[in-house]
Amino acid sequence: MALLEVRDLTVVFQRRGEQPFTAVDGVSFDVEPGQTVGLVGESGCGKSVTSLAIMGLLPKRGATVTGSVKFEDTDLLRLSGNQMRDRRGRDLGMVFQDPLSSLNPVITIGVQVAEVLERHQGMSRKKALTEAAGLLDKVGIPDPNRRISEYPHQLSGGMRQRALIAMALACKPRLLIADEPTTALDVTIQAQILSLLKGLVQDTGTALIMITHDLGVVAGLCDEVNVLYGGRVVERAERHELFAEPRHPYTHGLLASIPRLDAPRGERLMPITGSVSDNIPWDSACAFAPRCPNALDVCREVTPEQEWRGSRLLRCHNPVQPAAAETEEASV
Amino acid sequence: MLRYTVRRLLQMVVVLLVLSLLVFAWLRALPGGPVSALLGERATPESRHDLIVQLGLDQPIFVQYLKFLGRALTGNFGTSNGVQPGTTAMDLFLTRFPATIELSVFAIIIAVVFGIPLGYMAAKRRGGWFDNATVIGSLVGIAVPVFFLAFLLKYIFAVKLGVLPSDSRQSVTDATRVTGFFVLDGIITQEWDAAWDAFRHLILPAIALGTIPFAVVFRITRAAVLDVLDEDYVRTAESKGLTAQLIRRRHVLRNAMLPVVTTIGLQTGALLAGAVLTENVFAFPGVGQALALGFERRDYPVLQLLIMMAAMVYVVVNLLVDLSYALIDPRIRTR
Ligand SMILES: Nc1ncnc2c1ncn2[C@@H]1O[C@H](COP(=O)(O)OP(=O)(O)OP(=O)(O)O)[C@@H](O)[C@H]1O
Ligand code: SF4
Ligand SMILES: [Mg+2]
Repeated sequence: MALLEVRDLTVVFQRRGEQPFTAVDGVSFDVEPGQTVGLVGESGCGKSVTSLAIMGLLPKRGATVTGSVKFEDTDLLRLSGNQMRDRRGRDLGMVFQDPLSSLNPVITIGVQVAEVLERHQGMSRKKALTEAAGLLDKVGIPDPNRRISEYPHQLSGGMRQRALIAMALACKPRLLIADEPTTALDVTIQAQILSLLKGLVQDTGTALIMITHDLGVVAGLCDEVNVLYGGRVVERAERHELFAEPRHPYTHGLLASIPRLDAPRGERLMPITGSVSDNIPWDSACAFAPRCPNALDVCREVTPEQEWRGSRLLRCHNPVQPAAAETEEASV
Repeated sequence: MLRYTVRRLLQMVVVLLVLSLLVFAWLRALPGGPVSALLGERATPESRHDLIVQLGLDQPIFVQYLKFLGRALTGNFGTSNGVQPGTTAMDLFLTRFPATIELSVFAIIIAVVFGIPLGYMAAKRRGGWFDNATVIGSLVGIAVPVFFLAFLLKYIFAVKLGVLPSDSRQSVTDATRVTGFFVLDGIITQEWDAAWDAFRHLILPAIALGTIPFAVVFRITRAAVLDVLDEDYVRTAESKGLTAQLIRRRHVLRNAMLPVVTTIGLQTGALLAGAVLTENVFAFPGVGQALALGFERRDYPVLQLLIMMAAMVYVVVNLLVDLSYALIDPRIRTR
């Protein structure tokens, strides 16, 4: 049985005097215990909103969340505010993008880790601080006993993110959501943080939802990948399958736009043309149509539905043909 | 921290020295003067001349200033010749200063005790009726002249309803004096009647004086809390499942207090202007009242001392603000 079952998750933002805006549009996916699932897509496709909706962290006013988020048979969307508070930090943890702004500047690192333990495990401050030092050690922060009495501005960017990971994992949650945890960091640090995350979730059997726009991150970490476009899942596949044979033109474009060391010399990178602002609404078309090299007339008239193609989920009228077929066509 | 404090205090000495010269020159440049104020316009030239010599006003101004400075350094700021003729300026200051401090402290307590919680609640209920009502109320509070508010309060609660006293600091006449702060004195000596009486005398003037600081503290708190509520670290705190009270206390209010502390300092420093008006309406014997009287009667020694003391208070309050800022914000403390 899945640990987390997201079904038809929809988030509509309504600001006074503005048109309602659907940021997440009927998203469904599962996370098995211990599994790492990727949510991939470019800026504004609804990755963060999806994760905040699962955590119950969207603003109370102005955001309408529908659908269901089943966590071990409890629909998180139906819990009261206080019931959800009991779960956050204990059953579900979250790591955010910008480690500096995500830490309270006027409180020591130690207290910021310890407060989770005090809250959910009823520890005394003293015991929680000892435990916090142990956790900082575990996430690779040197000299943890000194660090617990330091403030966020005294730590480096990578160490701050390590501290945030320690907080999110302090109570051994069964699900961790990491929302672009490396985007704000130096490239060398990024790799360290990713391998730390990978090691931690493997050791503890924690399930991980990895949110990123970087397919390199997905390749190194995820078991299964959901590609989001305009608030909807457009393709879902097991990692190797997705990288070997991207079927959705958007996924294909994403992969073609990463530089590859093994590519023949002189081959040009193929970035996706246009930007999210070219989107058309999903109502009666494919939102990607204005940017899609495969677009047909039907794409602008009929919304593509999600369909299973073998073990893969696709939302496309005219998917990219598997490489084998392509070469056959070419040789004819 | 200690070195910083010492440096600031030394700066303060320099500032006060420069200020003393400016005030000295400025007072003597004012139209009128103590002679006309004391003798009236129809005095004979001889009596005017005698007084001028007696007050030392016949000498060049820099000679006057150096003499003043020399005496000031020994603690002698001259003798009042208008507000309380015969009393030294220093004695006059020392008996009146505690009154103004007591009044100001109560005014600031009112501003803080009401301004911060209401500001927080308004921010949490942003756009709701409570928010709108308190924001409008605070605008009114800032716009109403202190003088008018003081009269209004006095008229309603002292004159019409008669529930609170209308003037002076205390009606009890045989109270024991310890610190010069009458409420505190009453508590120390356990003369509860005297303490309560002094407290009742403070209520109306403190409300009149505290209204503007209250409105300002309210607005700054509200704005600061709105800012902090949008911060990523509040979302992190929420993601850890902390209770609403803990998030409010540890994560929201503590950060929101940074601009509020500065505001409280500035308002405290600016309180003297309001105190002049309030003390006059309520015949409250503090330095504000003496300042007004001193100007009327051109009492140079008293004015000189009071203005410099006001400046000193202002500088000290700002130093305290900076120190408490460092106490709240480790980014300043641990550099
Ligand atoms: N509180 C909000 N009110 C209104 N609209 C919002 C709000 N939060 C997000 N949105 C909108 O929802 C859409 C999806 O935002 P989201 O933050 O999920 O994007 P993302 O995929 O995480 O992108 P990025 O890679 O930039 O983080 C965006 O168009 C954004 O403007
Ligand atoms: S549905 Fe049409 S426009 Fe959309 S991705 Fe598929 S081919 Fe392109
Ligand atoms: Mg995001």
